[in-house]
Amino acid sequence: MSSDLAIRAEGLGKLYRLGSKFEPRLTLREQINRIVLSPVRRLQAVMRGESAQILGTDFWALEDVSLSVPYGEVVGVIGRNGAGKSTLLKILSRITEPTHGRAEIRGRVGSLLEVGTGFHSELTGRENIFLSGVILGMTRSEVISKLDQIVAFAEVERFLDTQIKHYSSGMSLRLAFAVAAHLQPEILLVDEVLAVGDAAFQRKCLGKMSDVAQEGRAILFVSHNLEAVQRLCDRCIWLDGGRLRMEGDPGTVVRAYLENGETLDSSYQEDRQCSLNDPVVLREATVLNAPDEPSSTICFGEPFALRLRWDVAKDLPGAVVVVQIRDAQERLIFAASTQGDDFEMEAGTIETICRVRENVLRPGDYGVSITCVRPPRTRFVHLDRCLSVRVLDVPAPGRTLPQLRRDALVAPDVRWDFQGSMVPGGAGSLQVSYEN
Amino acid sequence: MLSESVVVNGKTAAQLPLVVIEPSQGWIRINLAELFQYRELVFFLAWRDVKVRYKQTVLGAMWAILQPIITMVIFSVFLGRLAKVPSDGVPYPIFAYTALVPWALFATGLTQASNSLVNGANLLRKVYFPRLVMPIASVLVGVVDFLLAFTVLLAMMLLYGFAPTSAVVVIPGLFLLTIMTSLGAGLWLAAFNVRFRDVRYIIPFLVEIWLLATPIAYPSSLLSESWRQVYAINPMVGVVEGFRWALLGTDTAPGPMVLVSSIASALLLVSGVFVFRRMERNLADVV
Repeated sequence: MSSDLAIRAEGLGKLYRLGSKFEPRLTLREQINRIVLSPVRRLQAVMRGESAQILGTDFWALEDVSLSVPYGEVVGVIGRNGAGKSTLLKILSRITEPTHGRAEIRGRVGSLLEVGTGFHSELTGRENIFLSGVILGMTRSEVISKLDQIVAFAEVERFLDTQIKHYSSGMSLRLAFAVAAHLQPEILLVDEVLAVGDAAFQRKCLGKMSDVAQEGRAILFVSHNLEAVQRLCDRCIWLDGGRLRMEGDPGTVVRAYLENGETLDSSYQEDRQCSLNDPVVLREATVLNAPDEPSSTICFGEPFALRLRWDVAKDLPGAVVVVQIRDAQERLIFAASTQGDDFEMEAGTIETICRVRENVLRPGDYGVSITCVRPPRTRFVHLDRCLSVRVLDVPAPGRTLPQLRRDALVAPDVRWDFQGSMVPGGAGSLQVSYEN
Repeated sequence: MLSESVVVNGKTAAQLPLVVIEPSQGWIRINLAELFQYRELVFFLAWRDVKVRYKQTVLGAMWAILQPIITMVIFSVFLGRLAKVPSDGVPYPIFAYTALVPWALFATGLTQASNSLVNGANLLRKVYFPRLVMPIASVLVGVVDFLLAFTVLLAMMLLYGFAPTSAVVVIPGLFLLTIMTSLGAGLWLAAFNVRFRDVRYIIPFLVEIWLLATPIAYPSSLLSESWRQVYAINPMVGVVEGFRWALLGTDTAPGPMVLVSSIASALLLVSGVFVFRRMERNLADVV
């Protein structure tokens, strides 16, 4: 049934010249400067014996990616930041051209690369529905016929003729998604749209996505929400460094992707020596899992530790070590400090281990910041997000991962005590306690 | 062979449009059919800009009329009265205003079109449509202002006792010539503006110089007959002299000038479209 393919892509590649991608705002003078000087620089480099390859600032955001999406299928695309997911969607939605390869798209494409594309804050809700709808590819008559549904879905009836600059952020988000959700293209390309909004809103979006899939349309869905990918997708593609690493059943691909966590910054190293002017150097920092092995991926609920090795030039009474754990949205989840413990920063090599005995982190990625300070205002070391911890969507032995906990900020291990006469057959009061 | 069965949205695979995505080579041809499909988007983008243009201003759309009127007053006082610039036998104020009406359309369109891609960068990075839609919509934004200012022009004609003759039939043609010129120059500048933000700062100067190079404050009859055709390589020369001839009955026969201007304008537009299309392929990566 190859003829029923919505998308067929072969050998897609996208080359970025770093000069044009990361310095897009060259002024004319800079450009002239560069053109005049580049042969000189090139010559200098050749004299120094560097090859032209080093000089080349080329970078393949996507390399030789082939894929096909048949109608009626939802295909998830996962991968780390910079793996080429967004580039792939941009090529397929014709926002940018591929450098290599070819893709055939059969049907109208609606791309949702952000929520609220084309919204203008000075216009009213109603005006924005039309504007955004037409920008996303609807005709005016389609918008008119869907207007009531969109308004009902967004729950903004009363504010329809209010400028959206007076909307709360939640309201404009709902309105934006409502417009997008009522697009009728045969192919939908969705990028991380669900990363915004609260949990209830995300659930609503996911629900709408699965409805769309039921109607036989084709969806390519890029997300970091692995749980959503597993639930919604029929097939999953894993992009890594611009290349297609794995393709297949979502459960299998997601698991393989998660197990590939070692490439995270599981350890930090510094070769610098301490000196009297720079008395404390963090030489090494490592994440340890429950059996005390270095690993930055840990299971949900698994205790872990942070091992820090310091080089200290002189005794520093009063110095304390602080670690901070933040989630992907930069929210501080918890912090720990040696203050109050019997800790002295003494000259020599010191090892400090911060053991997180009860791991309340819910699945996701976290960054660890490490600081060494002497209150009130001397700061010897401050390393922001120098380590990463990934908590897998897989519970540690003896722990379960109830659905409810996924939306919460932290997931502590709790114990329920029950008292009362609800136990079947039990007369009078009976105490039941569960412990793991 | 495409399957006969219904695939999606009540259509079989054969009924669905096929788009092939490939790296483009050389000069890209212009897909006018696709551009036509997106006419509603052109309209909505222009409509948005018109709506937003005078938001949070006290005088609102009055500005569309005030701008050419104030310029007219300044020209009349300093150039008409003090410098005694000739005005082809018609009162200087209406002589200047008749030229300022199409000029404002041109200048607004040019400025808006040149900045359209940079200002709309966010949209360009998130959704596909033929990129030509943006400058075209920007040029059309000035049309509402033009109609308002033109109404004032008609009132002034009444005031000064000019009765419209059958020559007014050329006005739509001259209007089109203004739009073409504005879009042509706007496309060139928009394409360069994406790469070189210097263009942003050049535009005000360019508009000022172009204003001086167009017979708005003075008549082209200051030039000898044979030089007027060369002068009309600036397409706005044909437009302005055409407007005066059609509405005020000035006797500077604009026929040859309009012809030269039309050819120059067409060349500007066609070359502008090609330059624009050439730049378009990497637009989202650069803008």
